[in-house]
Amino acid sequence: MIGVEWAYRLAGGVFAVIALASAFDKANRKRWNNAAFWGLFAASFLAGSRLGDLANGVLVIAMVAIGGLGGIGLSRPPTTSGAERETSASRWGSWLFVPVLVIPATAFAGTLAFKALKFHGARLVDPAQVTVISLALGVVLAFVLAVVMLRPPPAAPANEARRLMDSIGWAAILPQLLAALGAVFTLAGVGTAIGALIGRWLPMDTRLAAVVVYCLGMAVFTAIMGNAFAAFPVLTAGIGAPLIVGRFGGDPAIMGAIGMLAGYCGTLITPMASHNIVPTALLGLPPGAVIRAQAPTAIAVLMANIALMYFLVFRF
Amino acid sequence: MMSLIGIAVVIAGLMARFNPIVVVTVAAIVTGLAGGLDILTVVAALGKAFNDARYISVVFLVLPVIGLLERAGLEARARTVIGALRAATVTRLLIAYLAIRQLSAAVGLLSLGGQATMVRPLIAPMAEGADESRHGEPSTARRVLIRAHAAGVDNVGAFFGEDIFLALGSVLLIQAVLAQNHIAAQPLRIALWALPTAVAAFVIHASRLVLLGRRLSAGKPGTDGA
Repeated sequence: MIGVEWAYRLAGGVFAVIALASAFDKANRKRWNNAAFWGLFAASFLAGSRLGDLANGVLVIAMVAIGGLGGIGLSRPPTTSGAERETSASRWGSWLFVPVLVIPATAFAGTLAFKALKFHGARLVDPAQVTVISLALGVVLAFVLAVVMLRPPPAAPANEARRLMDSIGWAAILPQLLAALGAVFTLAGVGTAIGALIGRWLPMDTRLAAVVVYCLGMAVFTAIMGNAFAAFPVLTAGIGAPLIVGRFGGDPAIMGAIGMLAGYCGTLITPMASHNIVPTALLGLPPGAVIRAQAPTAIAVLMANIALMYFLVFRF
Repeated sequence: MMSLIGIAVVIAGLMARFNPIVVVTVAAIVTGLAGGLDILTVVAALGKAFNDARYISVVFLVLPVIGLLERAGLEARARTVIGALRAATVTRLLIAYLAIRQLSAAVGLLSLGGQATMVRPLIAPMAEGADESRHGEPSTARRVLIRAHAAGVDNVGAFFGEDIFLALGSVLLIQAVLAQNHIAAQPLRIALWALPTAVAAFVIHASRLVLLGRRLSAGKPGTDGA
């Protein structure tokens, strides 16, 4: 069986190549920081499953110290000029789209195929891993296709990978760090404390108040945690289940569905979510640009969610 | 109650513009210590969760491929193709992508879109190309606005499409959390009731993209979101 570890080894290999190429980059003043940061990321992917929790924790703190305090330099590996790209673009035409589209196409086919693969009625690969493995497979196919088609110089793949990874820089580990913060919050009982606080200080003796507090709470708590999945259990145990379903007899499926979507409105406006951090880095945007583009939609959809829940949850 | 200090650390740290990865790590350690855990337990919990979340970063694997294709003129080509389509405008392109992203997410195909796989190599350059063919080389503020909206469309489409799909994490999580609270709910009904919000989100965001198009045509570069 192909496990997710296979995709991790591949990613670890790519990060190791980036680390090595960084170490030899004499033009980058901070090249040793870059090499250490990407090297540790590579180690996490190659050996993380065997390292043990404490060693992984020390690795994380070392990466944060290098990336967050020491700082990694933005490398400028050799690439093509604008004019060269225009010439190449007119030479290759729309063939250039083929490798890009191979990635989602393989991910799509893989997701369907792996899900159909059953052994005595049980799935061979678990659904969360199917997506990751299919994505990795798509990337390998696309890479081979791009290299065969374009025949770039041997150093180009490593240099291009480094150019893009360095432009993301420390933000590359933020999504995983936020997941780790969520785990520590759960361990320390932050959710329970917030639930108790909301229950004690906010009056929720009408249906409307309960719905408004639940939806707003989902959005705000999601914005703080960067993740609606962390907010949902807290708000549902604190307000949703005892009040909306328990006291006022609301429909649990409607409450859960709309409550989660109210949380997503919080994801759209928080600097803590990888969904906003990664595109900001990838597209070279100033901080906050993606959030500003999304905020009016987030607020309008949140209000729509409150109205929808209020009118639907007590009716069905 | 002491464990809430971590939230204060996050808010204060981000407002003081400290590096976010430092803020998040300090917040995690402070929260753990305030919650009565010893430092080694906190570091181990941090390490375990970071390790378990590696699947999130597998998406960076696409960058070498995207980089190679950009080197060969991918962005330039995306601009040209859209520029040649006379009917293509920023608004129409982004609304079409919003619809595709929402529908594909709704049938479980979240991996068909994405910031690294679709927005950076295709959607953002196409949107810029559509603008450029009508209004010429965009100013920096205008370029930022268009790119930010390209990223926003991907997020809005994914978020308000995915909950309609039954077997996806969110629907199963909703069901599991309700079950922990001794409430039974059918996944099918949870997915069904995500539909009204999905429709509302599409109407709201598509309307905003129409407004964005008007602002772009009026020649306002736009520093605040449209």
